[in-house]
Amino acid sequence: MSDTATPEQGAQVDDKSKRDFLFVSTAAVGTVGTAMAAWPFIDQMNPAADTLALSTTEVDLGPIEVGQSITVVWRGKPVFIRHRTATEIKDAASVKNADLIDPQSDSDRVQKPEWLVMVGICTHLGCIPAGQKAGEKKGDFGGWFCPCHGSHYDVSGRIRKGPAPRNLSIPSYSFLDDTKVKIG
Amino acid sequence: MDTNKMHPIIKWVEYRLPIFSFIDHSLGSQYPTPKNLNYWWNFGSLLGLVLVIMIISGITLSMHYTAHVDLAFNSVERIMRDVNYGWLIRYIHMNGASMFFIAVYVHIFRGLYFGSFKAPREILWMIGIFILLAMMASAFMGYVLVWGQMSFWGATVITNLFSAIPLFGDSIVTLLWGGFSVDNPTLNRFFSLHYLFPFVIVGLVVLHIWALHVHGSNNPTGIDVKSDQDTASFHPYFTTKDLFGMGLFMTFFMFFVFYAPNFFGEPDNYIPADAMVTPPHIVPEWYFLPYYAILRAFTGDFLVYQVISLGGFLMDAKLAGVLAMFASILLLLFLPWLDGSKVRSCRFRPIMAMAFWVFFLDCLVLGYIGGKPADGIFIPIGQFATFYYFAHLLLIVPLVSRLERPKSLPESINASVLKAAE
Repeated sequence: MSDTATPEQGAQVDDKSKRDFLFVSTAAVGTVGTAMAAWPFIDQMNPAADTLALSTTEVDLGPIEVGQSITVVWRGKPVFIRHRTATEIKDAASVKNADLIDPQSDSDRVQKPEWLVMVGICTHLGCIPAGQKAGEKKGDFGGWFCPCHGSHYDVSGRIRKGPAPRNLSIPSYSFLDDTKVKIG
Repeated sequence: MDTNKMHPIIKWVEYRLPIFSFIDHSLGSQYPTPKNLNYWWNFGSLLGLVLVIMIISGITLSMHYTAHVDLAFNSVERIMRDVNYGWLIRYIHMNGASMFFIAVYVHIFRGLYFGSFKAPREILWMIGIFILLAMMASAFMGYVLVWGQMSFWGATVITNLFSAIPLFGDSIVTLLWGGFSVDNPTLNRFFSLHYLFPFVIVGLVVLHIWALHVHGSNNPTGIDVKSDQDTASFHPYFTTKDLFGMGLFMTFFMFFVFYAPNFFGEPDNYIPADAMVTPPHIVPEWYFLPYYAILRAFTGDFLVYQVISLGGFLMDAKLAGVLAMFASILLLLFLPWLDGSKVRSCRFRPIMAMAFWVFFLDCLVLGYIGGKPADGIFIPIGQFATFYYFAHLLLIVPLVSRLERPKSLPESINASVLKAAE
């Protein structure tokens, strides 16, 4: 250590900028490190691999008559499948986008007009709208009605009246053949 | 505490850990308390009692409860039917939640009327608001554990509130659920957190009491303690009074436990949870009804919504309702500054006293509307009551507190006590 330059006793050393740099960089590394260590404890709350694995459901459409609806379970949620009548298809297509809260034409919501497939969960706060069974309240637009906070959906599952902000969502699905559909 | 009169063992401990003088200064003869406290001041100690009862009954219930979607409902029924005194412990815990909220709401309205939130007790008040929030979270998660229909659909609706958050809403909801709907992972984490939160509340209560002891209790006159004549020592005067209050309150509590255990409950929660069937009329527990009414008041045509969202431009009605619901509690944090009066107690502020009672009534109306279905006349009443709730906090309190000329204050607490005795 003999060749280390030592300041004279009592002399001021101007290393303020060096110390500031060390202070700030240490704090920055510490903060990033803490954030990285915290991430696993947050991400553990997200869906686990086995939950994600249960992500598709196959449905046989054969037995569903015209005008009938069924509810199937997909990812723990109800999916509404409705075999729509010709009048319903015509009604749904005739609505003008300007009249809608969440504008979307009926053709963007179906792959085949007679089959309406959508997640049966109200986009307001997650209740299941009524209207699947005969005799249930279908709301002012003849589709579905959410009993929790009074949202009305039409025959295309579009929000028409009430507090829900969006149309009933459409899951990704594909027709395996004429009477089989795979959801997810 | 006079060290010379102490028992040698107590003296030995005290020298190493001064816990006896600590207790004496906190709850004993060395804690001077305004001598004019009325019975509304009993509710703090009652809340402490209920917290202890909830922790003891909760820990014993958890020894028999199973947090799994297939087993939870039946494990609760087993507690009710098979576990020795299980019915008693569960009914204590279940009704204890309602008692907790009855006592906390009285405690809060007492603070509002007598100005306990005002300087120098702002932080004491704010810690109290955080205790209320922690209580609400605990109560909500505890209700879910039963895994009945109301548990499940209550959990669905409440967790979906977070989906209103722009951009991240849906990811946050998935994170809360640990899946794509309320399911087993949700139940498990709610059990874990429901066990944790009471201890968080204990920690907050320690801070609350610490802040209380800095300046001592407020009192019905709202004026500061000026001399020893204004106070009485906490022990034996207020320990006795608190114990008497506890006797009365426990009688009230046990009446429900033994004679009307399901009075505060919803019959639908005795139906096991079914993810495919929403009950026709979802209502939260009674203590959440006013907030629920505020949430539901926000529909597209509600004038207050149209104004705050600039005609729907800033946010949709769902987000506005969620924000309003949280704001209804968080606004109370700012009350010490919204109220600009130098005088604390409404005894000397006749106009504010009137406004207080109208506000109290408005909260009751909100509670009533929250329990009714959202149609017909209930919608406009709920919307007006919601408007009034915020008008009270944001217009009436700031204006009245600054414009009203209070009545003249008594010279001292002692003088007011002597005058009342005449």
